[in-house]
Amino acid sequence: MDIYEKQLQEEIPEFEESQQPEKMGELDLSSTMSAVKIHGWKQVLGIIAVAIFVIGGWELLIRIFKVPEFVFPAPSAIAVALVKSFHNILPHFLVTLGELSAGYAIGATTGLVLAAVLTQVPYLEKIITPYILLLITTPTIALVPLLMLKLGFTIWPRIIAVALASGPMVMINSVTGFRRTDLAKIALAKSYGATTFQIFTKIRFPLALPMIIVGLLVGGIFGLITAVGSDMVGGKMGLGNKLAYYSSLARMANFFAVILLVSAIGITIWIIFSSIGKKWASWQE
Amino acid sequence: MNDDYVIVVDKVTKVYQSERGPVHALDRFSMKVKEGDFVAIVGPSGCGKTTLLWGLTGLHPFTSGKAYILGEEVGKPKREVGIIFQQANLLPWRTLIQNIYFPLEIMKENVDNYSERIEDLIESVELTGFEEHYPRELSGGMQQRASIVRALSYDPKILLMDEPFGALDAYTRDEMDTLILKIWKKTKKTIAFVTHRIEEAVYLANRVYVMTPRPGTNSAVFDIDLPRPRPEGITMERKFFEIVAEIKRTIVRDVEKQKKEGKYQSQAYSTIT
Repeated sequence: MDIYEKQLQEEIPEFEESQQPEKMGELDLSSTMSAVKIHGWKQVLGIIAVAIFVIGGWELLIRIFKVPEFVFPAPSAIAVALVKSFHNILPHFLVTLGELSAGYAIGATTGLVLAAVLTQVPYLEKIITPYILLLITTPTIALVPLLMLKLGFTIWPRIIAVALASGPMVMINSVTGFRRTDLAKIALAKSYGATTFQIFTKIRFPLALPMIIVGLLVGGIFGLITAVGSDMVGGKMGLGNKLAYYSSLARMANFFAVILLVSAIGITIWIIFSSIGKKWASWQE
Repeated sequence: MNDDYVIVVDKVTKVYQSERGPVHALDRFSMKVKEGDFVAIVGPSGCGKTTLLWGLTGLHPFTSGKAYILGEEVGKPKREVGIIFQQANLLPWRTLIQNIYFPLEIMKENVDNYSERIEDLIESVELTGFEEHYPRELSGGMQQRASIVRALSYDPKILLMDEPFGALDAYTRDEMDTLILKIWKKTKKTIAFVTHRIEEAVYLANRVYVMTPRPGTNSAVFDIDLPRPRPEGITMERKFFEIVAEIKRTIVRDVEKQKKEGKYQSQAYSTIT
């Protein structure tokens, strides 16, 4: 007998508000998905105007006060550095992107599967949750030196660190999603003779999807932070490594150019998941 | 001996194991429904009406007693039975038409065999043109109409309706009652209709079962001797009022009796409005 059958047996059917899927959960970061919503040309113009004002003002101040590049670079210097040293930075960019993709793929898949399985067994879920919280609160970058003792100066310690950082994030958000049991909708599917598997694919998964997407987004950003941080700690390649290198030489224009690339990855992650969210989870609004 | 009856309920009891101890929801309730009949079940809030319908659908087992649908004891949900819930209960991530096809999808049946029938049903509830809309874009009445089409989509013989219009406003509710009678006349389904609105029960049904307050058990049965099809304005006639008043008196008497015996649980455990 699966858990829904038990619930259906032991709970008095009710259709109050409490039966509606909860919107809030731990680490509910759904606001990050809707924070930036651009409506109309007025807002677009406003955003561009702010960019021009900030970048122009920055450039102007640096020129007026003749701030040397090693103290703080002008936007123009950063742009020049980005173009000039792009061929130098590119291999490092690809290494970081590789770590992130591989680690994220492993972490996110594991997190999602674990969430789906654990929520079916409430007892197991209760036992495992403290350990997941431990993983979330531990900066996994700190594990990289330890992993390097075992695995050497390869890319693997960093991939593992990314997986350990993104996986639990995906998992804890997905768990919140899968926990939204809408008994009325499960009863509906059951009344047509739905199997446990059908209830999962046709009710529980779509119900959980908005939270899963939030988890994937947050996990991606955590993965990026961990990838760049791990580059700094261990290894000769990667964007984080480049950041440490340029700052040690006070080549601040190049330093900022690398930061720009890191942000570009982050923004891409955000764009990917917010557009997925718009397509698959917009019913919730 | 029960061959004439498509629904036979024989002294069913349901006790829930809640955190606050056992809740006695239904107590030896019995009823019989003939094929093509329209019965209503009324009673005060929380008297176990929903529990009865969920049990008949096969969503949860009764603690004791037996129930038969089409001569077979109720166990797992049956294809011949369709349930309409208190709320439209549409899946918000599906469009209206995807919601209507949901039962067929679960039953893994060929959708094409039903498309013409479903188109007709959509037209009869005046939802044509809204097929691609999402539930949040539809009014409460439209959503509940869609849920009726969903329940009828796979052509079950028996419709169980669990206060389907409770969440709607008074005008929409009256419209829906008329619509249900229209559908009943057209499709010749057997309908068991749960409501706490006595006027609705008298207007719709041939026979009204009255349940006592929780634990719900048989209190009285009224055969409604009003013409079919219901003439316009019947709800404003003396005879209609007299039947309604008689049923109301029965319910008040049951409540008073339980209060006197100190058994009345009011809404303490009730979640059903």
